[in-house]
Amino acid sequence: MGVDAHPAGWFMSISLVLWGAATVGLSGVPGLFSSAERMSGQRLGAILAVLGCALGTAGVVEYWRSGATASIVAPWRIPEGEFAVELDGLSAFFLVPVFLIPLLGSIYGLEYWKQTERRRNGRKLRLFYGISTAAMALLVVARNGLLFLAAWETMALSAYFLVTTEDDDPEAREAGWIYLVSAHFSTLCLFAMFGLMRATTGSFAMESIGSGAITPGMKGMIFALALVGFGLKAGLAPLHVWLPGAHAIAPSHVSALMSGVILKMGVYGFIRTATLLPSVSVGWGAVVLAAGAISGIVGVVYAIGQHDLKRLLAYHSVENIGIIYMGIGLALIGRSIGRFDCVVLGLGGALLHVWNHAIFKSLLFLSAGSTIRATHTREIDRLGGLLKATPATGACFLAGSAAICGLPPLNGFISELLIYLGLFRISTGERAASFAPAAAGAAALATIGALAAACFVKAFAAVFLGSPRSHEGSHAREAPAAMLIPMIILVCMCFMIGLAPVSVAAPLDRATDRWIGAAVRDRGRLLDFAPLDRVGAAAIALFVVASIVGTLLVYRVKRTASRASTWGCGYVNATPRMQYTASSFASPLVGLFARMYRIRTVRPEVSPVFPRRASFESETSDLVLDGVVLPVFRFTAWVFSFARLTQRGSIQAYLFYILIFLLILLAWR
Amino acid sequence: MHAIVHNLIHIAVVLIAPPLLVGVINKVKAFFAGRTGPPLLQPYYDIIKLFQKGSVISETTTWVFLAGPPIALSTAILVSLLIPAAGSAAPISFEGDLILAAYLLGLGRFFTALAAMDTGSSFEGMGASREVTFACLAEPAFFLGLATTAKLTGSLSLSGMFGPELASHWSSAGASLALVFVGWFIVALAENSRIPFDDPNTHLELTMIHEVMVLDHGGPALGMILYGASIKLFVFAALLVRLATPIATRLPIVDWLIFGVGILGVAALIGVIESATARLRLSHIPVLLVAACLLCGFGLILLAR
Repeated sequence: MGVDAHPAGWFMSISLVLWGAATVGLSGVPGLFSSAERMSGQRLGAILAVLGCALGTAGVVEYWRSGATASIVAPWRIPEGEFAVELDGLSAFFLVPVFLIPLLGSIYGLEYWKQTERRRNGRKLRLFYGISTAAMALLVVARNGLLFLAAWETMALSAYFLVTTEDDDPEAREAGWIYLVSAHFSTLCLFAMFGLMRATTGSFAMESIGSGAITPGMKGMIFALALVGFGLKAGLAPLHVWLPGAHAIAPSHVSALMSGVILKMGVYGFIRTATLLPSVSVGWGAVVLAAGAISGIVGVVYAIGQHDLKRLLAYHSVENIGIIYMGIGLALIGRSIGRFDCVVLGLGGALLHVWNHAIFKSLLFLSAGSTIRATHTREIDRLGGLLKATPATGACFLAGSAAICGLPPLNGFISELLIYLGLFRISTGERAASFAPAAAGAAALATIGALAAACFVKAFAAVFLGSPRSHEGSHAREAPAAMLIPMIILVCMCFMIGLAPVSVAAPLDRATDRWIGAAVRDRGRLLDFAPLDRVGAAAIALFVVASIVGTLLVYRVKRTASRASTWGCGYVNATPRMQYTASSFASPLVGLFARMYRIRTVRPEVSPVFPRRASFESETSDLVLDGVVLPVFRFTAWVFSFARLTQRGSIQAYLFYILIFLLILLAWR
Repeated sequence: MHAIVHNLIHIAVVLIAPPLLVGVINKVKAFFAGRTGPPLLQPYYDIIKLFQKGSVISETTTWVFLAGPPIALSTAILVSLLIPAAGSAAPISFEGDLILAAYLLGLGRFFTALAAMDTGSSFEGMGASREVTFACLAEPAFFLGLATTAKLTGSLSLSGMFGPELASHWSSAGASLALVFVGWFIVALAENSRIPFDDPNTHLELTMIHEVMVLDHGGPALGMILYGASIKLFVFAALLVRLATPIATRLPIVDWLIFGVGILGVAALIGVIESATARLRLSHIPVLLVAACLLCGFGLILLAR
């Protein structure tokens, strides 16, 4: 840990954050020394994780209270490296999910991934759960390129071990492998990016680059590398190929961590790089906006085609990352044309969506985890009617679904509203270059919202409504308190931000300070551009009106209603198997976007006279992964198979190669 | 004082007038079919009667089934308070209320579809699936239209976008506004399940969209659904009227008169369309909705210069 440069620094915000990170990072260690048969190691680990996260959060709160940017600089023995950390508004904003989600995940894990039930991998999971959290906390406060990269790589590698928790499962190994390849491609881009920045500024310090100090070409290169390198981590389509598999196969509280927080590190990196660079041209802003819109639509369209509950949620991460990038693109456009209201709204919306997505996506993954634990299947079409057996889990999933669709009065609506406001504000502007992308962006965001609603009607209805479709679904039991409490806390947060959006304005203003600069800050804060107080009042009004009308109905119905079976339009012998399945529900939309999928269907042949048992199957696969990435990899593997000719296996041959290589090097000089 | 009176009238009108629209549509259809048709106030009688009746609830359902109608109704009521009626601003109006209005309708749709799915009936599943599918195509058309009026008026609240400010643009950007009007009319027909998208009077569940979703609701719940649907129809009609006649005279009575005549005109127009056209094949519906998107999109592009 860093040597404290300030005398009274023990309670300084940044030290609290570092101590918190260190505590969480070590939370998995006691488990290694305790028996694999007992819960004591896990309990101690959970206490440490909660303690560390609370310390870290206290640091963030202390920063917000004092308002002073705090930093520590200490020597580091790596050449050109320096242990430089700093807590500013942007870092503090990202630290909130970094500490919140692991805190809740560790509590959830006490029941979901019990050491006594998971002897083989429980200790490994908790060790890397803590390390990845600590790495992320360090990542967002790092102010030296090498320190950043070290934290980045630690996070990426520990996430690999988290994905492959169940390493005896071939599916997990394959998902982990794809993840590892793309994580390293991402790191490679970042190495190049930091190298270019070093070439420009002369050091690895992450400091703002003045507009005079960098050529436009260099700026474009750094920006493009940041877009690809961080986009790969964030899961921006078409760079999302690793994401669905990794999120689906990981244990659910790991999926919550990955989707809720680890993806956001890509977003953080991109925003931080854009903060360091001087303003880029409108074109780059439009590119980011378009990339976000494409990612949003691709993500949600693929989500609609999924049969696997967690894979569906994973594709929604692609969608939400798309929405976040739309906000960033809007802010970039705003910055380059000098519309600071659009910077405030775009970046504010993107950042708030980072929080919101961390909250509702973790909520969804945790409630999906409870469902999977109760039924032992992720297949949506084998479930059904679970709301009766697991009412609390179902209600939590419903709240998460409404929030992710951006429906009022929940938190998702607020962040999407900010982005919409920014898009509409730019599209009312005079300049055609920024007007067209903004108007198209608003229409795209509307489409994404409607598609997401369709997808979650499908997911929630097929899993929780109707009657159980299979044996697994009919024997479910409600999750224990340790799993329900984290979910309920997240639901409360969804409602809190939705009903009182004014509360997030101050942290958001702090986080956008660096982009805007003190000089123009006086022109307006978030609340001057977004009527969050009115929106909150309208949300509360909705709540009140709906409660009154709902109570009225329940009062009337309770007195008069009788119970019978569902009206089958004359058919009286309906069975649960005749319910509309999720696949049938999604079929019209899958048909509309048929060109974006590879749809494989196996149709039965029905003979007219004596029909035999027949079955129907359909599957949609990812065009990018199965259509582009895997073929390219197979081709590359084929090309490199020729390199095998040089692999003779005799030490003489290898010595010979070394000799030749050295001779070439000598000739070069 | 003037504003309070206006708001009270607004609230009274949006709460009382909507079922009349349905009555007008039915009367026009009856006229074209050469029938006398049900009384003009029949929708009111229906809703009142339904509120007094008992209901039968499926054993398969949960609380979600009962949550659908109240949420659909309360979102519709809230939206009706956001849209401007005659001349002056709506009772609730702030920057960005257009997005709240669109998403409130989305919330109503979300829960209506969930309530349908809660019954476990495949007919209702079909209806819900169609409803959410077509909404995905109607939504961008609606937002492109909003972007057009927002760009013209420079305002981001419905009351500003459809206020007197818009009137001056009919002469300069009439083509754009006309395109948006046609696009939105299509959206209004789709959102309110009218012919050519959906036939509320059809007898075959397989071909329905909205009606089939509420097959299992009865009594007060069905009353709420019918009332909520008529408010939603009123909202879309009001937007169309304000788009076509965004004028404000000094006299509030004249404003309300123009608005009332406009609303009834839209209802009559829907009745004429329902009498003159047949329902589209389900597979052709997306084509018409995409056309609506394109119309609104062209309306917007015409403004870019």
